Amino acid sequence: MSCDNILEIRNVTKRFGGLTANADVTIGVKRGEILGLIGPNGAGKSTLFSMIAGALPATSGSLSFAGIDITAKPGTLRCKLGIARTFQVPRSFDSMTVLENVMVGGFMRTPSSQAARRAAEEMLDFVGLGGRADIPAIELTPPEKRRLEMARALATGPKLILLDEVMAGLTPSEAKAGVELVRKVRDLGVTIIMVEHVMEIVMPLVDRAVVLHLGRVLADGKPAEVVRDDRVISAYLGERHRAT
Amino acid sequence: MTLPALLQVLASGLLMGLLYALIAVGLSLIFGLMDVVNFAHGEFLMTAMYVVFGLWLVTALDPVLLVPVTAAVLFAAGAFVYLAVIRFAMRAKANIGMVQIFATFGLAILIQGLAQFLFSPDYRSIPTSWLGNRTLAIGDVFLPLPQVFGGLISLLAFAGLYLLMNRTDLGKALEATREDQGAVALVGIDRNKVFALGWGLGSALVGLAGAVLAIFYYIHPQVGGPFALIAYVVVALGGFGSVFGALAAGLIVGLVEAFAATLLPPAMKSIAVYLLYLGVVFLRPRGLFGRL
Amino acid sequence: MSNRKKQLLILAAIAVIAGLLPELVTDVYLLNVVVLTLMFAALAQSWNILGGYCGQISLGHALYFGTGAYVTSIMFTTFGVSPWVGVFAGGIFSAALALALGYPCFRLKGHYFSIATIVIAEIGLLLVHNWDAVGGALGITWPIGQDSWWTLQFARDKAPYVYLALGLFIATWLSTYWIEDSRWGFWWRAIKDSPEAAESLGVEVFRSKMAAAALSAFFTAIGGGFYAAFVSYIDPESVMSFRFSLLFALPAVLGGIGTLWGPLVGALILIPFTEITRSYMGGFGNGLDLIIYGALIIVISLVKPEGILSLFRDRAKRGARS
Repeated sequence: MSCDNILEIRNVTKRFGGLTANADVTIGVKRGEILGLIGPNGAGKSTLFSMIAGALPATSGSLSFAGIDITAKPGTLRCKLGIARTFQVPRSFDSMTVLENVMVGGFMRTPSSQAARRAAEEMLDFVGLGGRADIPAIELTPPEKRRLEMARALATGPKLILLDEVMAGLTPSEAKAGVELVRKVRDLGVTIIMVEHVMEIVMPLVDRAVVLHLGRVLADGKPAEVVRDDRVISAYLGERHRAT
Repeated sequence: MTLPALLQVLASGLLMGLLYALIAVGLSLIFGLMDVVNFAHGEFLMTAMYVVFGLWLVTALDPVLLVPVTAAVLFAAGAFVYLAVIRFAMRAKANIGMVQIFATFGLAILIQGLAQFLFSPDYRSIPTSWLGNRTLAIGDVFLPLPQVFGGLISLLAFAGLYLLMNRTDLGKALEATREDQGAVALVGIDRNKVFALGWGLGSALVGLAGAVLAIFYYIHPQVGGPFALIAYVVVALGGFGSVFGALAAGLIVGLVEAFAATLLPPAMKSIAVYLLYLGVVFLRPRGLFGRL
Repeated sequence: MSNRKKQLLILAAIAVIAGLLPELVTDVYLLNVVVLTLMFAALAQSWNILGGYCGQISLGHALYFGTGAYVTSIMFTTFGVSPWVGVFAGGIFSAALALALGYPCFRLKGHYFSIATIVIAEIGLLLVHNWDAVGGALGITWPIGQDSWWTLQFARDKAPYVYLALGLFIATWLSTYWIEDSRWGFWWRAIKDSPEAAESLGVEVFRSKMAAAALSAFFTAIGGGFYAAFVSYIDPESVMSFRFSLLFALPAVLGGIGTLWGPLVGALILIPFTEITRSYMGGFGNGLDLIIYGALIIVISLVKPEGILSLFRDRAKRGARS
């Protein structure tokens, strides 16, 4: 752990009644890095994700962001501090246009609708949806909706963005564009935590990978090392037999 | 309060509560099945009362015998309303929640208008019945027979509903459709048929209640309103979609209302029920047994 | 010209037309209908703020309408305070009431919330009904005096009421217009569409709902105060009953919920229709007016669930494409 870490997760445990979703998870996320959070189904990735975002409270342990203890802070406050997130199933604001959707994020940083509009237009261009600004959000294609989610989250001016399975179900060319976009986000100076299933896409992209298994951290290191780790292989081997 | 008086209030409250539960359970069933709140529920109750009245006028049979027939008529009416109106409300692309509220409101007004047109706004009643003015005396407690009859019908209906939901194919289909509307189509269950049957069933239940009420209550086009409000409170108190919740909440509401009537001026007894609802949902935002 | 400026121009045109109506129409009954139409358009616009934009369906707004009516009436009849002051007092009182009620109520979702609003309004009605200090079941009658703008009493001339109702509508419309493009407006619509996503973007959901409720209650109460001055007699059933709660919501929903013009369109269709059918047919008590009214509501909600306004929008879109 160092002061270089933008997010520190210390001994975080989450229990739902008798079920332990996460146990004693400790991770330090460095400023400006792309961290991949991976693991087989039921490993506790989504639960951990929700706890970082503030959607779920931890049963025990602590989380601190940029030196501030956020363990008890609600999601809206965390957004103000600089944590943004996307949703696995995109939750676009269907009564609004694409631009208006992103403006909601923009209003996080400014009360002026002119400024929010400008920020939103910039973000839409950034993610490549600039030409679709005035279309009702409900008419976007699924990959476009994912990009809208990202634009909207980025409009809040975050220091850390949590991406929830943004690569799932994309065609090879869509995935390539997605990877480009994630790299562009990092170039903005935003730290990224990605929860992912699609290993082939994610491993070349992330600086570091944290593997979760049965709610615990199984491995934490460079992608190349993690894939060769025996424990990781055996945790996934069982998965691979079942996976298509 | 003396013990006999207490028991009297208790008994009246429970009997009325059983009736409230019967009125409410149809509403809860329909909601649990397809997420629709029928704002014409009170008018369905009123329709049932008029059906009994009309049948009695024509056949001169004791209304007690007309109860099953009325339920059957309401079953058909409910299925018809689903197929003719509700089905289209559910196809709306936007504001689905709003559409069904207001479509059923329109329906409520329409049915009220029809009742007024066919029967005039005059108050009607059924003066002769085997149950008539007789009371059942248990110790010092006097229970009017029509209300006892109503309580019995309610208990039978709940028992029947339990058996239907848990032991029959139709019940399983209803349960399955409630759990996952999309998936059932894959298994060959026709969603429209299930929904129509659900509406029919819900309407038949309130039809039973209306038929019983007609024996001892005045019948007029606006009679549905107050009962409907109590029904919504009962359903929400018990938790939308919970049959058992409707029964429990109905009994609680009946008791609270009966006891409130002894303490407060009669006009205010409803306030006790409303405050009960607010008190419960503020602590348990999904009602007592709601599973949303 | 920008779309936004166009809306203002349309408002100005409507204001001029409505303002001229008292000169062109002399039939007192018809002028009455004009006053009621504008009033309900304003009330539906107020309801729309909480229900249409913020997505919180209140079916108990009659509470605020009635509170406004009673506060204005009591201040005038008991303390001699001009209704101009009274309506604002009523508005502020109702806003405060909405905040107090919102605190527990906004924890509820969907139908639980709507039913809570119905129930609270009913409690209000019953309390007022049994409270002799405010007239109980007999209500409050405004003393008959000379025509005066100070007391807002006009014996035969309906024109002032038309102007007042128009003014109220313009006020609610302008509020909606400004808010629509403001942070509040965006936050409300986000909350309506997806409260979870809104929260993740830093939207203060609870505070936003409270703001919407307070604003909506404020204008509704002013409408109630106006109504009291207009009819000069109020009682619990005439200003706090459930059917009023519906009458505030219905024009907004049928016209186009969550839109700027929906409430006016809805009121223009519903109010004259109900008044005229009631006077031609309702008098016989045969229920025909109810049958037609009910059928109309059903047809509109099924055929055009987004509201009648979408008819014009679709036509405009088609026109733009050709």
